Amino acid sequence: MLDDFMVRAALAATGVALAAGPLGCFVVWRRMAYFGDAISHAAILGVALSLLFTISVPAGVLLAAVTVALLVSRMSGRSLAADTLLGVAAHGSLALGLVALSFLPGVRVDLMGYLFGDVLAVGKTDLLLIWSGALAICAGIGWRWKNLILATLNPDLAASHNIDHRRERVLLMLAIALLVAVAIKVVGALLITALLIIPAATARGFARIPEAMVLLAVLAGWLASIGGLGLSLYADTPAGASIVTGAVVLFLLGSLAQKALHR
Amino acid sequence: MSLITATDVEVRHGRTLVLTDVNFSIEKGEIVTIVGPNGSGKTSFARVLIGALGPSRGTVKRAAKLRVGYVPQKLGDTSLIPMTVLRFLKLSGQTDLHKIQPVMDQLGIGDLRDRQIDNLSGGEMQRVLLGQALLCDPDILVLDEATQGLDQPATAAFYRLIEQVRQSLRCAVLMISHDLHVVMSASDRVICLNGHICCEGTPTVVSAAPEYRALFGEGTGGALALYRHEHDHHHDHDHHSHAEHDHAG
Repeated sequence: MLDDFMVRAALAATGVALAAGPLGCFVVWRRMAYFGDAISHAAILGVALSLLFTISVPAGVLLAAVTVALLVSRMSGRSLAADTLLGVAAHGSLALGLVALSFLPGVRVDLMGYLFGDVLAVGKTDLLLIWSGALAICAGIGWRWKNLILATLNPDLAASHNIDHRRERVLLMLAIALLVAVAIKVVGALLITALLIIPAATARGFARIPEAMVLLAVLAGWLASIGGLGLSLYADTPAGASIVTGAVVLFLLGSLAQKALHR
Repeated sequence: MSLITATDVEVRHGRTLVLTDVNFSIEKGEIVTIVGPNGSGKTSFARVLIGALGPSRGTVKRAAKLRVGYVPQKLGDTSLIPMTVLRFLKLSGQTDLHKIQPVMDQLGIGDLRDRQIDNLSGGEMQRVLLGQALLCDPDILVLDEATQGLDQPATAAFYRLIEQVRQSLRCAVLMISHDLHVVMSASDRVICLNGHICCEGTPTVVSAAPEYRALFGEGTGGALALYRHEHDHHHDHDHHSHAEHDHAG
């Protein structure tokens, strides 16, 4: 079964949707969309570094993403606003990555593959990587669930429950970095944030408690993945972009349904 | 052993000195009110005590396994996260509906249980926040200007509620306040804060203290006096003579 590339692609996309659902909800709740962007741009720097030093690409991406995440969280709150710093980090690391890639002697790097993903080329090892990463993220969020929710609602309220909101924030950043590292093959660096925020945004209007929003976001992400892959197969469109297109279509349908419900 | 002890605490926001030379402790079952003008460091004081803020100097010690019920001024932007009142109350750690229901009934928020917290009025939200704090089964209840945005009847009702629940829970209460006239009578101790502790003592001692008068002026002003007259004119007079008695003794 795993020998069929479409099956592997569907499984890979499902794994990413599973982790992007809960993580995307926190990104939406905490207004971290731009942070997700910065981390995913750092992934390109990670790709360049791993090719330069011949280490595995996911490891290099994880390293770069984690470094940028920690750097931004250390520096924010000083004299520059967080989004300004994120802008520096996002475009800085993307540019640095592209410059670094140009130094690779005689290697033709399939940059498009890393920017937009190549889910149809996912192998069995990739699948294993994606699913271990996704399950680790889900387990981590499940483990910290109450702390993360309280820290999201109000840092002081969290502190009164002996929760350090900064620690929870760093954990979320690390989880996003991990997702970027394992998902780069599926949707590529530039579209990962889309997979984080669009399904969560679709779920928002239908949920009354955070847990429901997470489940609906996973469902929306999964439907978008399967629909997008279907589109890609039959219309020969790029897979990663098709998945995100599917997510946007669901979002629009969801918004229309919301309007109809509240009329 | 005190519930919370602050020793020589100094708090800075960046380079700005917010609090200095704060020595404070609160005992089991004690009611302490912190008063002070805007920008006097009241909220920083509460935050440093509950551990939300680290002191730049000095130490804050909390009793082992101290349970704090905290009522913030506001929750902040709640429009992004879906959350019903009941789900929010369960974040206290108390998830047994049989134990949540009596608290909701006591606070009069039973009808709100399925409402989104983002759609609550100011008064409803304050009672829900208090409910969350109470369900933590606290050793100490910390309220940071919990009546901000409430009108006077609602404020009075809110304070009556706190006194009621305090009697049943037997917890200590630390109340940060800007409208001291209502709170003061219930407090064992009042601390007047203005970057440091200006004066401290029983309500009557503090209201007579020159440091306090310098900050708040003579009396509490027309509007507040009116409020006192409306509710317990006679009692107020008794209280006043009491006060002088207390002060003398």
